[in-house]
Amino acid sequence: MADHAHKLEILRGLIKFKSNTQKIWGVLVLLSIITAVEVVLGIYKPESLLVSVLGMKGLNWIFIILTLVKAYYITWDFMHMRDETKSLRRVVVWTAVFLICYLLFILLQEGGYVFDVYKDGFIKSDF
Amino acid sequence: MDNTVVSTGSEEKTWGGGNKPLKSSYGKMMMWFFIVSDALTFSGFLAAYGFSRFKFIDSWPIADEVFTHIPFVHGNYPMIYVAFMTFILIMSSVTMVLAVDAGHQLKKAKVTWYMFLTIIGGVIFVGSQAWEWGTFIKGDYGAVQTTGGNILQFVNADDGHRIALRDFAVVDEHSERVVHESKKGLWFQSEGALPTYTVEEIIKGMETHDNVVIRTQIINEEGEKTVLSRGASLKLIRDNGKMVVEGANLQVNEYGSPLFADFFFFITGFHGFHVFSGVIINIIIFFNVILGTYERRKNYEMVEKVGLYWHFVDLVWVFVFTFFYLV
Repeated sequence: MADHAHKLEILRGLIKFKSNTQKIWGVLVLLSIITAVEVVLGIYKPESLLVSVLGMKGLNWIFIILTLVKAYYITWDFMHMRDETKSLRRVVVWTAVFLICYLLFILLQEGGYVFDVYKDGFIKSDF
Repeated sequence: MDNTVVSTGSEEKTWGGGNKPLKSSYGKMMMWFFIVSDALTFSGFLAAYGFSRFKFIDSWPIADEVFTHIPFVHGNYPMIYVAFMTFILIMSSVTMVLAVDAGHQLKKAKVTWYMFLTIIGGVIFVGSQAWEWGTFIKGDYGAVQTTGGNILQFVNADDGHRIALRDFAVVDEHSERVVHESKKGLWFQSEGALPTYTVEEIIKGMETHDNVVIRTQIINEEGEKTVLSRGASLKLIRDNGKMVVEGANLQVNEYGSPLFADFFFFITGFHGFHVFSGVIINIIIFFNVILGTYERRKNYEMVEKVGLYWHFVDLVWVFVFTFFYLV
């Protein structure tokens, strides 16, 4: 285990840490900042971000993107995906990402359709 | 026979065993594949939540108005406590990865210490979740459910703040409605606990308090719940008010759609169960570290494997946090 090599760069080499321990703390700082930004945006909900972008509030897109960023750093640095071989990484990540996208598309599409049926159809729910 | 089977040296090398194309141990790889399947399970739950939410997109509860409490403190603090929980879980992920790192350097004392901190973080998180559940089940303001299953909440027309049922209901002292238990009447029938107030008492309370109006589930253009006028409020509750709802369970939910409560219990419950089992596994590994099992093996890979599981639990929480509390 002594020859266990870690890649110590994050943000595409923008920040390079001296040791693995230092990198862990660095990633913690990054994740904490992202969470803090999410919480502040969630509490104050700036008016300018509430406009609809691609069928959803802009703020919600920001939350989802920040979540994916957090997920990336947890997987890559805490779970050491960065140090695994390319093939293992792809087996895990591509499989999950493909299936989840597929599932989300189908269920959300169907949910929106059912909403329209309730709204425009002859189903009464306001009693 | 020798002529039909052509064996080459390279074939022996590829299929003869001892090959590690992914440069990862069996145990770690299986943990990764388990994580993929578990991730798909959680995605199924969250996608189902999304389905139900899209189905009721114009009347879904607003999470900021549901989770507003902090232990030991009164007042309205949306998001703060759940942000604290998120931070605790990320922090315990950090101590876990530090334990893995110390394991690579074969430093037993450090591994022990970091594993201990990780367990403490997990216990705090599970405890917080239990408290969150308790608060959610107990409820806050109370509401009235209509015949059609819609939830009517009450607000003060003067300042727009929510009003709790206890603040305006006029209790009928002579009411004699008691819980029907199977031992008292028909043995094959029983019912759950009765709400504190009846719908009649709420209506009477609305009639005597001029400032109480109804807030429906429908979200208006400003992204807020629709507040009715005084006249419309009284008419709605007299015509359709059917049942007083306090708190939330699998059947009713004072915050809005019962599906919201169902998914809350199911998803955070399933996640909490993962955290709980993670804590148990961490404790087992912790004792193994203390006993020196891995020290004798000269290999702390077990810590790495439970570490993967523990980070995965953190990863799932990041998504639950976003889709339940933020979006």
